[in-house]
Amino acid sequence: MNDLTLWGLFVAVGIATLVLRLAFIEGHGRWSVPPLLQRALQYVPASVLAALVAPAVVLPPAGSDVLVDWPRLLAAVIAALMAWFFRNTLYSLLAGMGSLLAMQNLLPLWIG
Amino acid sequence: MHASAGRQSFQQGIQALLPLAPGVLPFGLVTGVTAANQGYSFFEILGMTLLFYAGSAQMAALQLLNEQALPLVILITVVVINLRFLMYSAALAPHMHRLPAKARWPLGYMISDQSFALSMVRNQQQPHAPMDLWFFAGSSFSMWLVWQVSVILGVMVGSGIPASWSLDFAIPLSFLAILVPAIRNSASLSAALTGGLVAVLAHGLPYNLGLIVASVSGIAAGLLVETRKKPAASHQQGAKA
Repeated sequence: MNDLTLWGLFVAVGIATLVLRLAFIEGHGRWSVPPLLQRALQYVPASVLAALVAPAVVLPPAGSDVLVDWPRLLAAVIAALMAWFFRNTLYSLLAGMGSLLAMQNLLPLWIG
Repeated sequence: MHASAGRQSFQQGIQALLPLAPGVLPFGLVTGVTAANQGYSFFEILGMTLLFYAGSAQMAALQLLNEQALPLVILITVVVINLRFLMYSAALAPHMHRLPAKARWPLGYMISDQSFALSMVRNQQQPHAPMDLWFFAGSSFSMWLVWQVSVILGVMVGSGIPASWSLDFAIPLSFLAILVPAIRNSASLSAALTGGLVAVLAHGLPYNLGLIVASVSGIAAGLLVETRKKPAASHQQGAKA
C-alpha cells in the first residue's frame, strides 16, 4: 500500500468514526431516538463490555493449543470478585494481573 | 461558583479515569509496539492514532494491514467494530446537543468506551439528573491523553516488553472492572451474561461481527427481562388512568 492510500485510509477511518460518534448528537431534534432504542441503551455498557471481556477470558489466546487457559480464567474471576466487593478498578486490575503472573510462573513449578 | 463546580467535576472525571489508566497503558503500548514493528514511521503511527482514536479498531486495522487486506475491507471492519459509538452517541445526545459546536465536536471525537461507561454508571446513580458533562469531559480528555501517550511510549519502547508479562490481559481485566459495577439488576445481569455467552459462541464470525451480534443479543436479553418484570406495574397504572 503506498503512502497516499495509507493516509487516505486513515482519514476515511477518522471521518467515519467521527460520524458514528456525532451522528445522534448532531441529529438531535431533527431525528429523535426511538423510545425502544432509548430503553435499550441502558443495557449497552453491560452487554458490550461483557462481549469484549468474555472471549478474552474464556477462549485461549491465538496460537495457544490449550482448550481452556485456566490461569486467565481464574485471574478474571479473582478480578471480578475484587470489583464486586471493593468497587475499585485499580485493586481488581492489580489482583487480576498479580494472580495471573503468579499462576503462570508458579503453576509450572508445582506441576513439575 | 458555576465555573468552580465545573472544574471540580472535570477533576473528578480525571480521578475516575486514572484507575483505568494501567489497563489502557498496556493496550496502547501493544498498539505502538505492533505498529512500529510493522515498519510504519513515527509520524504515520501518530497520525493513525489521532485519526482512529479507537483502540480495538486500530489493532484490527494493523493486523489487516499486515495481511495486505484491501483498504475498503479495513474501513468496513473499523466501522463495524466502532458501531457501538452510534449507541453511545444516542445515549449522550440528550445531554450534549445543547453544547456549542466548538465543545460538541471535540467532546464527540473523544467519546470512548471507558469515559462513556464511567459517565453512564455515575448518571445511573441519579437517573433523572442531567449528565455531568464536565465529569464526562474530564474522563474523556484524560482517557484520550493516556491513549496517545501510551501508543507513543509503545513506539519508543519497541519490542522490549517480553510477552511473558501477559500485558494484553490487562485490557479485558479493565473492561471487567467497569462491567461489574454496571450490573445493578436482573435485567443488566441478563444483558451481560447473554452478551458474554454469545460473544464466545460467535467468536469465529469474520470481521469482528461476533462483537456486534453479542452486543445486540445482550441488549435484547436486558429488554426482555425488563419487559417481563414490569407489565404488572404498568397495567395497574393503565387501569387507574
